[in-house]
Amino acid sequence: MTTLPQETDVLVIGAGPAGLGAATVLAKSARVLVVEREPTAGGIPRHCGHYPFGLREFHRLMKGPDYARALVGQAVEAGVQITTRVNVVRLEPGPRVTVTSDAGVTTIDAKIVLIATGVRESSRAQRLIGGEKPGGIIPTGALQSMVYLEGRRPFRRPVILGTELVSFSAIMTCRHARIKPVAMIEQNAQPTARWPAALYPQVKGVPLQLSTTIRAIEGRERVERVVVDGPAGTRVIETDGVIVTGMFRPEATLLDGSHLEKDRATGGPVIDAFGRCSDPAYFAAGNLLRPVETAGWSWAEGVAVARSITAALAGSLPQDPQHSVTLKGDALSWVVPQRFGRVGETAHRRFQLRVNRPVKGRLSVRAAGVEYSSIRIDSRPERRITVPLPPHAAPVEIVLEET
Amino acid sequence: MSHDVSALPGRFDVAVIGAGVVGCALARRFALAGARVAVIEKAVDILDGASKGNSAILHTGFDAPVGSLEQSCVAAGYAEYLEIHGKLGLPLIKSGALVVAWSEEEEALLPTLMEQAHQNGVADVEALDETAMRSAEPGLGKGARVAFRVPREYLIDPWSAPYAYLLQAIENGAEILRGAEVTAGRRSDNGWVLETSRGTVDAGLVINAAGLWGDLLDEKLIGRRDFHIKPRKGQFVVYDKPAAKLASHILLPVPNKITKGVVVCRTAFGNLLVGPTAEDQDDREHAVLVTETLEALKKRGEEILPALKDQQVTAIYAGLRPATEFKDYRITAHDRTYITVGGIRSTGLSAALGIAQHVLKLAELNLAAPADPVWPTVPNISEFSPRDWQTEGHGGIVCHCELATKREIQKALDGPLPTKSLAGLKRRTRVTMGRCQGFFCSAEIARLTEGHFDRPMAEKAQ
Ligand SMILES: Cc1cc2nc3c(=O)[nH]c(=O)nc-3n(C[C@H](O)[C@H](O)[C@H](O)COP(=O)(O)OP(=O)(O)OC[C@H]3O[C@@H](n4cnc5c(N)ncnc54)[C@H](O)[C@@H]3O)c2cc1C
Ligand SMILES: Cc1cc2nc3c(=O)[nH]c(=O)nc-3n(C[C@H](O)[C@H](O)[C@H](O)COP(=O)(O)OP(=O)(O)OC[C@H]3O[C@@H](n4cnc5c(N)ncnc54)[C@H](O)[C@@H]3O)c2cc1C
Repeated sequence: MTTLPQETDVLVIGAGPAGLGAATVLAKSARVLVVEREPTAGGIPRHCGHYPFGLREFHRLMKGPDYARALVGQAVEAGVQITTRVNVVRLEPGPRVTVTSDAGVTTIDAKIVLIATGVRESSRAQRLIGGEKPGGIIPTGALQSMVYLEGRRPFRRPVILGTELVSFSAIMTCRHARIKPVAMIEQNAQPTARWPAALYPQVKGVPLQLSTTIRAIEGRERVERVVVDGPAGTRVIETDGVIVTGMFRPEATLLDGSHLEKDRATGGPVIDAFGRCSDPAYFAAGNLLRPVETAGWSWAEGVAVARSITAALAGSLPQDPQHSVTLKGDALSWVVPQRFGRVGETAHRRFQLRVNRPVKGRLSVRAAGVEYSSIRIDSRPERRITVPLPPHAAPVEIVLEET
Repeated sequence: MSHDVSALPGRFDVAVIGAGVVGCALARRFALAGARVAVIEKAVDILDGASKGNSAILHTGFDAPVGSLEQSCVAAGYAEYLEIHGKLGLPLIKSGALVVAWSEEEEALLPTLMEQAHQNGVADVEALDETAMRSAEPGLGKGARVAFRVPREYLIDPWSAPYAYLLQAIENGAEILRGAEVTAGRRSDNGWVLETSRGTVDAGLVINAAGLWGDLLDEKLIGRRDFHIKPRKGQFVVYDKPAAKLASHILLPVPNKITKGVVVCRTAFGNLLVGPTAEDQDDREHAVLVTETLEALKKRGEEILPALKDQQVTAIYAGLRPATEFKDYRITAHDRTYITVGGIRSTGLSAALGIAQHVLKLAELNLAAPADPVWPTVPNISEFSPRDWQTEGHGGIVCHCELATKREIQKALDGPLPTKSLAGLKRRTRVTMGRCQGFFCSAEIARLTEGHFDRPMAEKAQ
């Protein structure tokens, strides 16, 4: 049984790419403790048994598990203390966090806390998919863990719901375990992920069914079939499982019971350009901030926020008033950071945005009513969009004029 | 298929067919009275029928038909639950309920309902004008007009309660046979020889507590049925824990003739639920969720509590009520060796202990009760009492959303009534029942449960 420290300089919650990236930088100048609730550190890439990971961080092409191990190795070498099987259950001002582990419930005090708890996929229940509740309905994350971490196969011929990038990871995971998906189902008229990834299902022999929804999942003990509504009417697909993929949402449970402000649009914390939460002793980075980015992006965010934290520990991070960042245009679904104060050595140099439907138009950034930049966009949901921060502190508006 | 081999050796005083909440309570009552009890359940685990999905309200019976058997069983069951829950380690969330009128017509019905409550012995109901109602429940939507409070309507854990009843029966000598369907039976000199898919069981008294299959079982065993089960489906939407702060009372609608209507209430597990619907169907087996209905429930929930709009759905489920063409329960002693306990429609969780008292009297057995019965306690999985994760040595958290520990899982997998299915494990420990619905923990649970379930969660890839 590991004894947990009661106190540290920086406490990082979550040993994924963002948390480990930050911890590795911070360990140069501070005592850093990473608490991770899984038995092994590394985050989601631990069970992504495919390429491409690591280009940004290690300048080579790696599979997820190797990449996760490399990140952990780097952090440990830098002097980071990582404890696993420790769940953070509560955040309080101080900052102070409450954890539970085999040793029971304890608290840890820190000068700064970095929350980097990642994202998960939304469930069948959240999508209100009808039918029964047999075994064999799982998200990609659970499939990957079963296949890559436990050497198990939950079904033989599932359907895959969704066409995000992660849905293609699901196909690759299936292939690895010699599971043969019988269909890939997408409610929209086009796949969500960018071509040529959208060709993969054909390439790999999985029929793609667009403009199709699952009306009911049938089977009492195990999935036996799904009833789908599509362009050809209502059909039955014989299958033994459903992989419910994508529709990510931040794993932000800790915020709900806390004093920290949460953004309804992203589902993550409200942060400023330094990565600070509404309580400046708390920072956040990685996919907790929004659904969803790559491992490399999340890692880079962790590294960048680590610089803000270093400054905060030295007392040199500005405490200027924070201005709001407002979205104009109903196709814009969220923006990060949501607050904007000082320009200069910020962790975030650009605003990140997403749209909720396919759009074309002009996206402009205005501060105190003055337009500072604009770009033309032709985008779709789940595609990365960024625009620069304005050159001086003021309330910001990001405006989409559709054409 | 029937075997002539004995499935449970020896002769039993009582064979209870069905391990729903009613069967579990019957087993306990008869075991505590000194009977040698066998419980026979066709599913691999207990609570696989009507008792699988309900609203988990411990009713006072304030709105039951005056003078009905249902009313007296609910009242007796309620009283006994309050007496024994602490000893068995079962939670009681003293929420109270508000019956809220949303229209002029509903408002006009409230005095009658309050009068009915008085006649049913629930004398502490209290009328609330709009101001009092809104100060009791500030989150209520604009359409709410007036209400009355039923202070002693409470919330309980719908799975731990029957589990505790059966566990106490077992610890006091009862035996359980799971995965055994009663397929036929013949009368013997002094009772019955029941044939099950796993062999025969000899018993003096047979109690049919087969819930949704009660009428069919009567027909098989005694060649006739006095009622017909007409399953009535109820669908639910469950919201994530932050939603639980939006209402403290159970928010009941003004009941109409068919159903108690859509309820909004917290759960023992710290969530908030909206439901159930009341949909008649012939199918006894399948409780099918329908997207449009779930959307309508969400919408109704948001009318009742507008702040629900910003809350996340955690789970969806549906249950089947064993309703019949009659309003009241169908509890009949056909002769000294056979009792039917049927049609326990929509209040069985509350009434089970009371039904068991009633049936024990009907049975007129000559028994000597054990002087010092065993009182086991069940692990607490409610949010309202200390949980396992708060004490050391729990082996680590496996289900992060519900904070279910490895020790809790291992406990549910062994002991006198080990769980045999993922559905059973969920009901015992809450694993995969939280907001991620198994995203994080399914793989580890597949490993931990290896060799324990009738159907493994995932096969080993070779
Ligand atoms: C199923 C799935 C597949 C994906 N596939 C890819 C892919 O192929 N390529 C890609 O680039 N990106 C992929 N992603 C995106 C993924 O989120 C990023 O790759 C990356 O993991 C984000 O890093 P992070 O550090 O923000 O979060 P994570 O890697 O999710 O790390 C968060 C860590 O925090 C821990 N944690 C959470 N809450 C607590 C708590 N309360 N207490 C203690 N610890 C806690 C978690 O256990 C986890 O280890 C995928 C995501 C999912 C869900
Ligand atoms: C939507 C809904 C909401 C409800 N809300 C509440 C509430 O808030 N409060 C309340 O008090 N009550 C509530 N109820 C009612 C309560 O759930 C039921 O009254 C109760 O579960 C009935 O239990 P039972 O034991 O009679 O039936 P069941 O639970 O159906 O048990 C019968 C058992 O018999 C077994 N069986 C059947 N045939 C055989 C056979 N031949 N051989 C062996 N085994 C057999 C079945 O597998 C089953 O396990 C609700 C019900 C529903 C559906």
